[in-house]
Amino acid sequence: MNLTLNIWRQAHKDAAGAMHQYHVQDISEDMSFLEMLDLLNEDLNEKGEDPVAFDHDCREGICGSCDLMIDGQAHGPEVTTTCQLHMRSFKDGQEITIEPWRANAFPVVKDLVVDRSAFDRIIQAGGYISANTGSAPEANSVPAPRDKAMRAFNVATCIGCGACVAACPNGSASLFLGAKITHLGELPQGQPERYTRVVDMVAQHDHEGFGGCTNIGECTSACPKEIPLDVISQLNADLRTALRQGK
Amino acid sequence: MAGSTLHDGTTPLNSAPVQTSDDAHGYYTLGDNIVDTAAPTGPIADRWTTRKFENRLVNPANRRKLDVIIVGTGLAGGAAAATMGEAGYNVKSFCYQDSPRRAHSIAAQGGINAAKNYKEDGDSTFRLFYDTVKGGDYRSRESNVYRLAEVSVNIIDQCVAQGVPFARDYGGLLDNRSFGGVQVSRTFYARGQTGQQLLIGAYQAMERQVAAGTVQQFTRHEMLELIVVDGKARGIIARDLVTGEIETHLADAVVLASGGYGNVFFLSTNAMGSNVTATWRAHRKGAYMANPCYTQIHPTCIPVSGEHQSKLTLMSESLRNDGRIWVPKKAEDCEKDPRDIPEEDRDYYLERIYPSFGNLVPRDIASRQAKNVCDEGRGVGPMVGDFRRGVYLDFADAIARLGEDGIREKYDNLFDMYARITGENPYEVPMRIYPAVHYVMGGLWVDYHLQSNITGLFVTGEANFSDHGANRLGASALMQGLADGYFVLPNTIRDYLADGPFPAVDETHEAVVEARQQVESRIAKLLSINGTRSADSYHKELGHIMWEYCGMERSEPGLRKAIDMIKQLKADFWTNLKVLGTNESLNQSLEKAGRVADFIELGELMCVDALNRRESCGGHFRAESQTDEGEALRHDEEFAYVAAWEFGGDDGQPVLHKEDLIYTAIEMKQRSYK
Repeated sequence: MNLTLNIWRQAHKDAAGAMHQYHVQDISEDMSFLEMLDLLNEDLNEKGEDPVAFDHDCREGICGSCDLMIDGQAHGPEVTTTCQLHMRSFKDGQEITIEPWRANAFPVVKDLVVDRSAFDRIIQAGGYISANTGSAPEANSVPAPRDKAMRAFNVATCIGCGACVAACPNGSASLFLGAKITHLGELPQGQPERYTRVVDMVAQHDHEGFGGCTNIGECTSACPKEIPLDVISQLNADLRTALRQGK
Repeated sequence: MAGSTLHDGTTPLNSAPVQTSDDAHGYYTLGDNIVDTAAPTGPIADRWTTRKFENRLVNPANRRKLDVIIVGTGLAGGAAAATMGEAGYNVKSFCYQDSPRRAHSIAAQGGINAAKNYKEDGDSTFRLFYDTVKGGDYRSRESNVYRLAEVSVNIIDQCVAQGVPFARDYGGLLDNRSFGGVQVSRTFYARGQTGQQLLIGAYQAMERQVAAGTVQQFTRHEMLELIVVDGKARGIIARDLVTGEIETHLADAVVLASGGYGNVFFLSTNAMGSNVTATWRAHRKGAYMANPCYTQIHPTCIPVSGEHQSKLTLMSESLRNDGRIWVPKKAEDCEKDPRDIPEEDRDYYLERIYPSFGNLVPRDIASRQAKNVCDEGRGVGPMVGDFRRGVYLDFADAIARLGEDGIREKYDNLFDMYARITGENPYEVPMRIYPAVHYVMGGLWVDYHLQSNITGLFVTGEANFSDHGANRLGASALMQGLADGYFVLPNTIRDYLADGPFPAVDETHEAVVEARQQVESRIAKLLSINGTRSADSYHKELGHIMWEYCGMERSEPGLRKAIDMIKQLKADFWTNLKVLGTNESLNQSLEKAGRVADFIELGELMCVDALNRRESCGGHFRAESQTDEGEALRHDEEFAYVAAWEFGGDDGQPVLHKEDLIYTAIEMKQRSYK
């Protein structure tokens, strides 16, 4: 198939960006979206034009590096990561618009690459259980109820890609935040720090310039790992409890 | 080492090898044998405990005066950064990704081994040790492997305490499953995303130390040179991938946890950015590269579909627990819908050839047999070149036994991934699988302390060579990465750091200036060739050569041919490469070009190593060394050694140093999974 691509080009953080149009030919439907961009870049390199910068690494949907806004949808039309999107989801002759994540807290680095270090800082604020190496008790000494452990796992599958933020009209990272709060809060090991964790992480989230949650739900429908919206309820419940306790 | 009695009075169960063949004659020079591996002696079960006690301590007040650089943030690097930070050292952590959480350990699926014996099925530290040495085809060090098995149980405790959500049974206790190559259930897992969960655990522990101020993280940074001052590793030169700035970072010790080099094959299950540059730069500065040809080909990957494919996707081999592998008995059935092929016309070849292990034979055997049946013309799926390269992995029996929901609970994400990539529904049609490069057992040579032959340079995880021998068992990579990072390195590096802080190195020291200049002139060179071919096109060509001649089966003429082809490719690369843009910006083509340049040099050394090793063992199958039945034939009397290669200069030959592998706790046997 042949496609027309409108791609955001921006030389660096402080440069003005603009949309540029490119054409790609002979794209097979078994190719992944990123392999289609590889082909474009080979072509640009041959012509002496600067290839399009985009983040990607594992290309199997787990590292969370890839992050393209495709026709206004985070990761494009399917519920998956950009790297797992295949060209069979598009039609011959289609025009596709490709942009970087759009959020104040994710400044553009170059072209389609954004800076998501705010996520690391939210984790630094409290997204962990304090357990120094070597201090752990025997693993089976504390049973964890299976349903809670499974819920913890299901939300711990968050890959930190930032699609939730990009999809949210408020630029909120509440789904990312809620997933971590729920993951650690569902496990017995996560209880001692449960209420200080939520206060510290929310404060960092706000400090980074992410917006507030107004229960729109775009985040969960854009999430490639299908993190459910109820993690935000859990986040709010834990925050309320924490504030009542004066944390 | 060749005497009949070891210095602790015990008797070795094998003796030192005497190599008689010399296939690689003319490609290398022979150096001195490696005698000192810092390995302890005495009863194997006491060695690590004794050594931990003997290793000197660093007073907590002195730790904050000691700087340690750790390159890589996967399981080995992330765990080490967290642990060293907790202990109070100043850690500088580097990764090329935009966050430490994205290191490729994240993609490991199946699980992590530990000798907990929760199933009471006869498991023990000794059995895990035995299985790992046997699985590695008696080409690993027994002291290292025993230590690995010993600390495996601590890893599980540590991860659970951090909040890693392992699978649990209805009583809330940890669940286990079995994995290829073993007959006990000792694998802990988090559905098909175990690596992700373990890495997030290590990442969170590390971020906690970033907040505490003990760890400084440098993301989007790539190490491009090692700084060696007065024979000691004292720092690195790194490039800030966003600004292009060339930075000097100095420290008391350097730890490389930069992962494996499977991407030398272009198509592999590694991440696109996985590379050999950190370890190769160290190799060029004098660190030995050990057993570089030991590559693991993973049997359960999604087959190649077309020429623009950029990577291969692995599916956890835990699928082999419930899936049955087969191909049609008759080549003419290969195009049929597999569901229309009756039972009697199917060849469940692993169950047929290896009745006691069946579909759970080790990875190398499963991979090679898949290649054999495809080479016979019985492969399935699309034609790639002259062959159909795929075999069926069929879940029909398991679905009948456990129900679709039972299968879904175990393998949901894997089945989804398969469906997304191939457009086929594996609940209805058998999956198609084919082997792909997945892991490298080779890596920088280290002693028992994980220290390379360059003093002060430590190497952990897949980047080193030490624990998996010629073949790695499933669910052992996660175990080794975390063992090294959490429990081994912190207890060995302290013996070295006890002598520190070392005299401060000035940025104007000639070794530092020289390292910087090497980096700057190399980048300038890459940008100025201004030829016609992209780095990617060279990478692809190198990958074809490696897969064809240094992949699952290698032969003397093939390897000689490959070495010539790689030499030509290298010459062409440095005269005809085209990299656009500048150093002073985010330039992904420039990053790629530097990595491909190093892969080309590594590829040549891998072929020389493969050529020298005229035996079939583990993942390394030499056509010249097989039994009458076509099974791998090892030659312990010639090759029970680690081949540690010293860089011989750009125009010179690599120098081979041999480290004899002596077993005192277990006897070397030919593997048999029949």
